[in-house]
Amino acid sequence: MKHLGSVGATGLEVRLPADLVGIDGLILPGGESTTITMGLDQYGLADPIRELAASGVPVLGTCAGMILADRQHLGLIDITTRRNAFGRQLASFEDEIELAGVGGPPFTAVFIRAPWVEDLGDGVEVLAEIQGHPVAVRQGNVSAFSFHPELTADDRLHAWFVDACRSRISPRSVIQPE
Amino acid sequence: MLKGGVIMDVVDAEQAKIAEEAGACAVMALERVPADIRRDGGVARMSNPAMIKGIQAVVSIPVMAKARIGHIAEAQVLQSLDVDFIDESEVLTPADEANHIDKFEFDAPFVCGATNLGEALRRIGEGAAMIRSKGEAGTGNIVEAVRHMREITSGIRHLGTLSSTELPTAAKNLAAPLELVRDVATRGWLPVPLLCAGGIATPADAALMMQLGAEGNFVGSGIFKSDDPERRAKAIVEATTHFNDPERVAAASEQLGEAMPGIEMSAIGEDARLASRGW
Repeated sequence: MKHLGSVGATGLEVRLPADLVGIDGLILPGGESTTITMGLDQYGLADPIRELAASGVPVLGTCAGMILADRQHLGLIDITTRRNAFGRQLASFEDEIELAGVGGPPFTAVFIRAPWVEDLGDGVEVLAEIQGHPVAVRQGNVSAFSFHPELTADDRLHAWFVDACRSRISPRSVIQPE
Repeated sequence: MLKGGVIMDVVDAEQAKIAEEAGACAVMALERVPADIRRDGGVARMSNPAMIKGIQAVVSIPVMAKARIGHIAEAQVLQSLDVDFIDESEVLTPADEANHIDKFEFDAPFVCGATNLGEALRRIGEGAAMIRSKGEAGTGNIVEAVRHMREITSGIRHLGTLSSTELPTAAKNLAAPLELVRDVATRGWLPVPLLCAGGIATPADAALMMQLGAEGNFVGSGIFKSDDPERRAKAIVEATTHFNDPERVAAASEQLGEAMPGIEMSAIGEDARLASRGW
């Protein structure tokens, strides 16, 4: 949220479908995918999020959010993920990664109980890999990272995402409720 | 990343499954919940590794476990079991009456209890990656957790009002590392997440603590000592998520059966208070 503020966007928390109305971009954050999946079902968030993504609104999934976006969950992006692929908490690590399409020096990416992309469709672009496994991917308006960009002071990825949201909206095309 | 979630105490694999299905973001594996430790007395120690492994085998969410304050070897054992978080906990009988574990010596992250800002910063100075209030575990009485959360958050706000000249004296008075005091004064929050623990028995208790600034809730005896653990677990998750939505907290509070029996603080002697353990 602080990172979003520092790159000029207003962050809102989404707990219920009504919170999705009028947003210009959606971040599916890290957390426990088991727990968040239950929340999505319980509060009827899955279909509204699918509609939002289908309408072209930029969506970014990070860590557990990558899992939520995959084929087995919300189906927003044509990937299959492997949960806790790098191991449990003790296997958490940081690594420097280059991200295709984002300029500047490499990012410090923080991986905590992180997933990786096990399989991906033809339309999915790989932006970064670690140990031969994709950890940052994009398909159209949906991107997914297996690390936590909010845990470092570097806000370039947030700026990158907010730019994508901005380039899509203009003053006359704010998303309206159905 | 456990922010906004509920971490539930469980004593076996069956309870762990119930907790996971109710929406817990992690479970704390321990031999006896605090209410039973309080009742049984004696020395409370780290859980049996076989039990921790049994729980790790059945849930996909993180599994935490408790080590005694200062018990380096218990923490090493827990790390070797690949637990996701080690709670250096006052709920167990302290092993060292002067020193806490040097948590920087470990790769596994630690959560520690605190009753005020100075204690929180001492634990962070030793390497804790998460702070929780101590509350008074096993009482079903929220009053101590409220006191601790208010102590910590008002302490943080107070630091924000001080000039840089005044911070060294503030650090001395808090008995906390100056660098951390400066950091908290600048950022207006702890450098690690602050959660609530100790005394949550109802959905409204959970919502209260989130409104007071907790970034998540630990629930110990409150769930599996109640009439209907499954439903109460779900209700406490609901209230933690929607803590600012009284109608949802109200709906979650219906038809829960009896909460765990509560204990008034004045009925507990100073010697029996768990929160006073830790230095």
